[in-house]
Amino acid sequence: MPGDADPLLDVRDLRTWFFTDAGVVRAVDGVSFTLSRGETLGIVGESGSGKSVAAKSIMNLLEEPARIVAGSIRFRGREITALPEEELRDIRGAEIAMVFQDPMTSLNPVLRISRQLVETMTAHRRFTAPAARTRAASLLGRMGIAAPERVLDAWPHQFSGGMRQRVMLAMGFANEPSLILADEPTTALDVTIQAQILDLLRALNADLGTAVILISHDLGVIATICSRVLVMYAGEVVEEGRPQDLLSDPRHPYTWALLHAAPRLDEAVAGDRRLATIEGQPPDARAWPEGCRFRARCPFAIEACARHPALLAVDAGRLARCWVTQAGARLASPQPRAATAAARPAAAPSPLLHVQGLVKHYELPRENFLEPRRVLRAVEGVDIDVFAGETVGLVGESGSGKSTLARLVMRLEEPTAGRIVFDGQDISHATQAAIRPLRRRIQMIFQDPYASLNPRMTVGEILAGPLRLHALADTAAEARTRVGALLDLVGLPPAAAARFPHEFSGGQRQRISIARALAVEPDFVVGDEPISALDVNIQAQIINLMIGLQERLRLTYLFIAHDLAVVRHISDRIVVLYLGRVMETAKSAELFRRPLHPYTASLISAVPTLDAARARSRIVLAGEIPSAIDPPSGCPFRTRCPAAAPRCAAEMPPLAELAPGHRVACHFPGSVAAADRDRSRRSEVSA
Amino acid sequence: MLRYITSRLLVAAAMVLLATLIVFLIANTVPGDPVLTQLGDVAANNPAIVEAYRHKWGLDLPIWDRYWIFLRGLAHGDLGLSISSQRPVIDDIAQYAPATVELSTVAFLLSLIFGLPLGVLAAMKRDSWIDHLARAVSLIGVSSPTFWLAFIMLAVFYGWLGWAPGPGQIGADQFPPPDVTGFMLIDAPLAGQWDTFWDAIAHLALPAIVLAASTMGLITRTTRAAMLEALSQDYIRVARAKGLLRRAIMLGHALPNALLPVITLGGLAYAQLLTGTVLTETIFSWPGLGRYTFQSAVFLDFPAIMGVTLVVAVVYVFVNLLVDVSYAMLDPRVMRR
Repeated sequence: MPGDADPLLDVRDLRTWFFTDAGVVRAVDGVSFTLSRGETLGIVGESGSGKSVAAKSIMNLLEEPARIVAGSIRFRGREITALPEEELRDIRGAEIAMVFQDPMTSLNPVLRISRQLVETMTAHRRFTAPAARTRAASLLGRMGIAAPERVLDAWPHQFSGGMRQRVMLAMGFANEPSLILADEPTTALDVTIQAQILDLLRALNADLGTAVILISHDLGVIATICSRVLVMYAGEVVEEGRPQDLLSDPRHPYTWALLHAAPRLDEAVAGDRRLATIEGQPPDARAWPEGCRFRARCPFAIEACARHPALLAVDAGRLARCWVTQAGARLASPQPRAATAAARPAAAPSPLLHVQGLVKHYELPRENFLEPRRVLRAVEGVDIDVFAGETVGLVGESGSGKSTLARLVMRLEEPTAGRIVFDGQDISHATQAAIRPLRRRIQMIFQDPYASLNPRMTVGEILAGPLRLHALADTAAEARTRVGALLDLVGLPPAAAARFPHEFSGGQRQRISIARALAVEPDFVVGDEPISALDVNIQAQIINLMIGLQERLRLTYLFIAHDLAVVRHISDRIVVLYLGRVMETAKSAELFRRPLHPYTASLISAVPTLDAARARSRIVLAGEIPSAIDPPSGCPFRTRCPAAAPRCAAEMPPLAELAPGHRVACHFPGSVAAADRDRSRRSEVSA
Repeated sequence: MLRYITSRLLVAAAMVLLATLIVFLIANTVPGDPVLTQLGDVAANNPAIVEAYRHKWGLDLPIWDRYWIFLRGLAHGDLGLSISSQRPVIDDIAQYAPATVELSTVAFLLSLIFGLPLGVLAAMKRDSWIDHLARAVSLIGVSSPTFWLAFIMLAVFYGWLGWAPGPGQIGADQFPPPDVTGFMLIDAPLAGQWDTFWDAIAHLALPAIVLAASTMGLITRTTRAAMLEALSQDYIRVARAKGLLRRAIMLGHALPNALLPVITLGGLAYAQLLTGTVLTETIFSWPGLGRYTFQSAVFLDFPAIMGVTLVVAVVYVFVNLLVDVSYAMLDPRVMRR
């Protein structure tokens, strides 16, 4: 038996390749690390960096055409790569368990929760079926599910995303494994639910001593849990160390780039809101470049980078794969550029978009003939003004009515009540024919750059379509010229016009979506989570693009996002929605400095912070957003509010202006203070 | 669940009522005068005979009165008299339906028993010899015309090899068992006539295989595609990560999901088998509803056509009800979305 001194997991020079028809994709190409018992290790990197494949390799959960071609994975002294399938099966789910990204699709929809939990335990013959059932209930309770005995026999679709991820965690911990692999376990969840799940994971690690490997694209998420982090790029580890060290003093230019590309809540927004980005894209995994794989994009590259660097110690407990830092150099933070752009124009006296008392109810289909109709109250009386040239951010959890509001403003849906006035024209109930001339001025950018571009049309056709529709280009030649100019505007080469959407990466596709929206020269653009599906660096590029376009074309943005740091970064004003109502609205800086509504305060507080000490003092909002079919009486937030009083159940507080431009719908504004408050003050002083 | 079934039953009842109306209207608006067909040239030229004939069969009443009479009759199980056989249509149907139900049910079971496992195996061992075999079998089954397959089967297994008996439901040397349920395979053992039973099975084999061929092909293909779809889902990867046995993953996790499209197809296929046996029954001299339908159509025997069409409609509604209920039992999301 291996002694306690041995690491739990020892991965040496792991190479997992995909043997595809298009060539050998070297997804994981030389990864080494060790993990001690009970340790928490984070793996961060962008899509395609190989982090998920590395995790799957650890329990040899690979599918054709992926294969481990070299290297060793020793788990508790046993060589995983050499184990036959039966012995692997004994390890999977028993000694190593895995929690996946999407809890909505990870549970089998036609099997009861109890069955899926119980089989996890009985499959490894540690429990009899009745014992497993009892344990399943207690596990669910441990994972924070109320009345576990009652919901044990529920079906997966009856659970929300957060509850399902708790079930997945219960499954993961069912056999008391010594290692849990969590692959982006909170990426599909709201920030409030993410905070709950991360708290739970940290507590489980502390209580049960289970080692955790947490894979995420978000360094903030990793910093809340992990004591050590690996940064992966192009199939290999480029940096390793404690999260706080990496965050304050990155020793690999890629880590440096990741850090500066993401807007942070604990840093003041500079005058020029553009983020630091790195050019280009990760290299092709079928042919890694000679030398350092990051060299082509690296702003610090030197001559030595033509040779492939090794992962070497650069400080106590820190490793980096970089010639520059191994030689002792530091990577300087980028200097925030001064506000070069012309001062943003003063807001016009009358709003470009005026929304008043907007209501949208959906009549749901009857479940069957015998049931009464139910009504989903998606938007329940919203007032918003958007002035020309400004950016208004819309935030709230899923189910708060953000997207419905966007579709109403676009008049893709007709409101049940209330008014939508665009540039003086009431379009609340205008016919599609009457709105059509306005469509040219109001455009939308969608979340999914994969689903929102027609795969059978070339980019040129996609962009020329709206031009012809609105008679902005009379001839084909004219349309071509305009398409070329549009592509240039969003930073794509003219040759892109002849290609099809599938030939582009996610970031490039979102540029195409933006070009399509801008084709008809709108002055108002609605972005429904336009950057949520993108990697951090690409997000930064798109944010920069949107900011630049706004300055050049005087665009007005209504920007929906669930990432608060991004919203704060890009928006002038922010509207916080909850169950179809405005909870708070204020200037962006003011809202984050002094959130007056308990909901705003807890949303801000739930954002994973890069500062581990602060993470422990945050307000974790209990429970989940109630159903819009049967919302609570009075203030809809009262069921989760730390400051709720009997009065909150009786009457809905009005949206009152407590300071110029700062409106709050709360009977007790300011009663819940965010821990972040002093921090933003501090960073403001330093800025 | 009970509430769901009640609601589906109400829908089914409404569908049947609608079917009666449509059946009645179609039968009364098709071109072609039953009087002329039935009476023959001489009688048809005599207005008195024609008038008396029309009066006897109620053809001189307004159409809604006739529909009401039709509905009232239906409530008492009265489908009217067949013009050509001069017997109550309900009796005709009761006589011919069991043979058809027997034939198509056996054919349906055959196609399920072979198609389902073949489809599952083909998906489990993708691109192996069994997958290719399944592909070939289903392709041949789906693309062979029924009448062609029927003749070939008869020629080979009856004419040439002599393994199978000839056309008909039982051999000439057998006596039909006393009519209890109307189903040969049930009545024969009830009467203790085991020879007749085995003879009936032998007679059933060829037409059942012919009928089953295309349905089995469809079921195999659909099962394979549905299994592959299910196997690509995230929850299968989760099941693998739990360390479940491959068999448990396939049969416990993938199959229940893959069955959903198969049930939809199976319901349609069974209804089609029940009502689409005309060719097979004619070739195999099978005393079933298919042949009865064919003959009624030739003679423009409206009461018989309406009766048979109504039976077909009820069969479809009933099979759909079964599909809906079994769908709900397999997929909990159906009842509460």
